[in-house]
Amino acid sequence: MTSETMNNDVVLRLKGVEAGYGRIQALNGVDLEVRRGQIVALLGANGAGKTTTLKTISGLVRATSGTVEFEGEDITGRRASDIARLGLVHVPEGRHILKGLSVRENLELGAFTVRDANLRRQRMGEVFRLFPILERRQHQDGSLLSGGEQQMLAIGRALMHGHRVLLLDEPSMGLAPKLVLDTMRIIKRLNQEGTTILLVEQNARLALKLAHYGYVLEGGHVRMQNDAAVLRADTSIVQAYLGD
Amino acid sequence: MSEKNVVASRLYGPLSGVLVDPRAKWTAIVAILVLMAVAPMIFGQYATVILTNALLYVVLALGLNVVVGYAGLLDLGYAAFFAVGAYTVGILTLDFGLNFWLALPFAMVAAAIAGVIIGGPTLRLRSDYLAIVTLGFGEIVRFSARNLEITGKASGLSGIEQPWIFGWQIRSATDFYYVFCVLAIIAVVAAARLANSRLGRAWLYVRHDEDAAEAMGIDRVKVKLAAYIIGAIYGSIAGAFFAVNLGAISPESFSFTQSVLILMAVILGGMGKIPGVILGAFIVILGPELLRDLGPLRLLVFAVGLLLIMLFRPSGIWPGRSAAK
Repeated sequence: MTSETMNNDVVLRLKGVEAGYGRIQALNGVDLEVRRGQIVALLGANGAGKTTTLKTISGLVRATSGTVEFEGEDITGRRASDIARLGLVHVPEGRHILKGLSVRENLELGAFTVRDANLRRQRMGEVFRLFPILERRQHQDGSLLSGGEQQMLAIGRALMHGHRVLLLDEPSMGLAPKLVLDTMRIIKRLNQEGTTILLVEQNARLALKLAHYGYVLEGGHVRMQNDAAVLRADTSIVQAYLGD
Repeated sequence: MSEKNVVASRLYGPLSGVLVDPRAKWTAIVAILVLMAVAPMIFGQYATVILTNALLYVVLALGLNVVVGYAGLLDLGYAAFFAVGAYTVGILTLDFGLNFWLALPFAMVAAAIAGVIIGGPTLRLRSDYLAIVTLGFGEIVRFSARNLEITGKASGLSGIEQPWIFGWQIRSATDFYYVFCVLAIIAVVAAARLANSRLGRAWLYVRHDEDAAEAMGIDRVKVKLAAYIIGAIYGSIAGAFFAVNLGAISPESFSFTQSVLILMAVILGGMGKIPGVILGAFIVILGPELLRDLGPLRLLVFAVGLLLIMLFRPSGIWPGRSAAK
């Protein structure tokens, strides 16, 4: 592969990104690349800057320095809604299911920017094929679903939007072990169907089993990066930085 | 499942059933329209004036409901837009000799600008801070009106001419009653269309979860500004007709109490839902009148009544679907 085609393969690139909340600096120059068709895992302890990295990419947090490029276009400082419209879709931590609205209405939120009714229907069908439970529960209040179902709903909503890259923040958080495995299976399936995914995950072992490539953040820096298989094989890394 | 929903909403308050069956709904609408048309002949002059005031509040409350009920933004200074509408019409007709119908669009534009002024800087604020800022905005407008030469200072403006339409002057209390009937109907139809529009859905999502809405491509800044602007235009139209109805306006017509009363109409009836808001406006205006026999106790009784309603029906008397849960 020549260096040029490799560059074209990079859909998401962060260069020296710094960001924070008020005076607290959470990212101190993050460099990161995500290649098309890959799952890239973003790992690290609490407070390492994983969630902030995702929020900075999707525009929910403003970068104070550095650049974010999506498909070769500089999107640094763009509004979150604009970035979402480009197809870079963030599934935030905590799922953000809309209380008092049905599962179906929650999914419809995802397709808000899709003006073609046929396309909306088609996507709804795809989501229901992927998550049959959501079809059965489509008229129930979304916030009354179990944790695992809510996670499916949050991902389903992102799929309704029409994504090219998904940013997933802790999809396994608060789920029973079996549901964690189900969620991981779904992520893998989405990836096999062509979705590029940047995955933030506390459970490093699991994330590295799924991912092609991994980054380890520490104190707002990239501490190390490598093929997921290499990171996974290095048990000292898993123990020292990633916990169990 | 949908059958279950119907049953649930029937059980939810005796009023909801009317909305479910389209035939019952249209019968109710026709009955209300007929009642509105004949009311001045049945109830007499005094009641007509009170009903006109209630209809004014229907327009105001529906306008505030766009901001509070649809977009979920608390506004304690809504009377400011009401004032902008009234004063713009007053000044343009008195000082510049403009015809009322020509002054009206200016009043709407002025209010829309005021909506952007209050909406722009406050977009990032959440409910309690927003409440304080909007309260301050309402007071700034009132104090400006009280101190500026052009707004007639504390005594306000008087001698505002009543408008002509097709060679006929809108003059008597009954004339204005019918004018406000038409305004209220337009306000209701527009509010219903807004609620079901794309913008209405954007408001729904932003109200529930701004971050989720933004993450799905909804620009919260635009959506919230639209709510402020539309709410402001409602307020200005009500204000414009209020000014020509009374012929005189003064800063005290647009006090904080006024803002609270409008907000009360919105919350009391059931935020976000049009029939609830209409009901709320009528209760807020007719309540104290119906209790007039109680003499000095009437406001106390009215206040206790409002408290009881809020205690037993915290989402309002006739709440919207999502508020009911």
